[in-house]
Amino acid sequence: MLLVLLLASALAIVRARNLFAVVVLSGIYSFIMATQLTVLDAVDVAMTEASVGAGISTVLLLGTLYLTGSEEAAPGHRPVLPLLVAIATAGMLIYGTLGIPVFGDPSGPIHQHVAPRYLQEAVEATGIPNVVTAVLASYRGYDTLGETTVIFTAGIGVILLLGMGRRARYGAQGQGGGMQEYLVLRVIAKLLIPFALLFALYVQFHGDFGPGGGFQAGVILAAGVIFYTIIFGLANAQRLVPPRLVEILVALGVAIYALVGDIGLLLGGNYLDYFVLDRDPVHGQHRGVFWVEAGVCITVAGVMLAIFFAFAGRRRRPDAKS
Amino acid sequence: MSILLDALGWAFLVAGGAFCIVGAVGMLRMPDLFTRMHAASVIDTLGAGLILLGLLLQAPSWQVGAKLALIMVLLLFTSPAATHALAKAAVARGVRPELEESGEQPSKS
Amino acid sequence: MTFIAQFNYWVAMALLAIGLYIVIARGNLVKKLVGLAIFQTSVYLLYISAGKIIGGTAPIIAQGLAVYSNPLPHVLILTAIVVGVATLALGLALVVRIKEAYGTIEEDDIHSQDEER
Repeated sequence: MLLVLLLASALAIVRARNLFAVVVLSGIYSFIMATQLTVLDAVDVAMTEASVGAGISTVLLLGTLYLTGSEEAAPGHRPVLPLLVAIATAGMLIYGTLGIPVFGDPSGPIHQHVAPRYLQEAVEATGIPNVVTAVLASYRGYDTLGETTVIFTAGIGVILLLGMGRRARYGAQGQGGGMQEYLVLRVIAKLLIPFALLFALYVQFHGDFGPGGGFQAGVILAAGVIFYTIIFGLANAQRLVPPRLVEILVALGVAIYALVGDIGLLLGGNYLDYFVLDRDPVHGQHRGVFWVEAGVCITVAGVMLAIFFAFAGRRRRPDAKS
Repeated sequence: MSILLDALGWAFLVAGGAFCIVGAVGMLRMPDLFTRMHAASVIDTLGAGLILLGLLLQAPSWQVGAKLALIMVLLLFTSPAATHALAKAAVARGVRPELEESGEQPSKS
Repeated sequence: MTFIAQFNYWVAMALLAIGLYIVIARGNLVKKLVGLAIFQTSVYLLYISAGKIIGGTAPIIAQGLAVYSNPLPHVLILTAIVVGVATLALGLALVVRIKEAYGTIEEDDIHSQDEER
């Protein structure tokens, strides 16, 4: 049933003309996808999809619409060929799904080789009950280093294209925009932002034992500060979290991650070898995973904030339609 | 006793679902932006509240129940704030509620 | 029986086709990026559906649970989601700059302005 709702919201996105409606529908689509992922037992992934897809993506899309305008022009030609291409692709792929193992079958090849080893050995080797975190930070830690570098690169790219939003820093108190004259929103923001930041720390440190980890924590941390920026204005937010600090955070996380690998080398093991980080290999794993997840959280929070500040600080050109 | 709690929990869940449907029908049938927001608020308060109450009665441990209660508190704080922000934004855009005596055109947004 | 069993995959393929259609058929750049996001999430659904074991539970080792769903697709898709939002942010930054350079974000208008130069 959730799958039918997914299809319905995707089709609504195709049909909608007003781009604000498209953005809201994409947020709805992300939330339904997150619920469907929870039903499929992917709790870490669902948390990430909800916070990233429905949270940060919606904020970035709305920021773009503010700068570019929000109506889509009617297509000039009937899109028959793209429709045929899309249907042909779907048809071929659905024909292909008739050959893959049946959904939910425990004897499929995907469950045979590496996955049972991870499930059986993760707890004794690393001491971390959440196997996804253990695999992400320890067994496949090198991939996660690459992924953190990708996020870092995207942050740099956006900063290069749009700047750091420094223009708003020198506005007077209360004149940097924002909605602080709205009493209800200001009070609610002051009530909720501390809990959002605390929840981000909880997700970060509890990621070993339940769904969570560095990515989700970084995104929730950035979302708290973005909430503050929306209510109190960019000038106040940049007094709170200066662009210099955001730049440092963007680079610091990747540096921490890479340094953990270097320390492994210096202590006599391989690169990103956690077993040598402490006398006891399991405690070494704990230490390695802790620092690696901290690095991921710092970089993700910094990059999300940098991207948001870049969009928010961009001055709107006068010919942009509202 | 546990059978009674279980049945009561299921009754609350079904009632919460029914109120969600009522809110959805209201959102589609109401003529104006502000009346549609009012119908949608039924989903946030009665719908979500009854569903969470039903889950609370079926919760396996008190920690899960405490988390559900906290979720309800969070919803009670955030959904009126969101509705308020939406109404403020609509008024700032020039959308006015459809009043019987003034004969203004209803908003179609 | 195969029809019901493979429904997850079919929905993922249908979403892929919808995302593909939005990317190639619509002219507005922001809508193309949203279509790309739909395309990416359909692949997430495909991978996670492949990792699910019926009767299993989330891959967090706990007392009393025997069958766990496969954690490996979860790890890969976690990476994919965050990389996806990074790509979306970069794409949106490019759209903002295109708007400032050309004054429009409709693909047809951009092409006609390029041909005039």
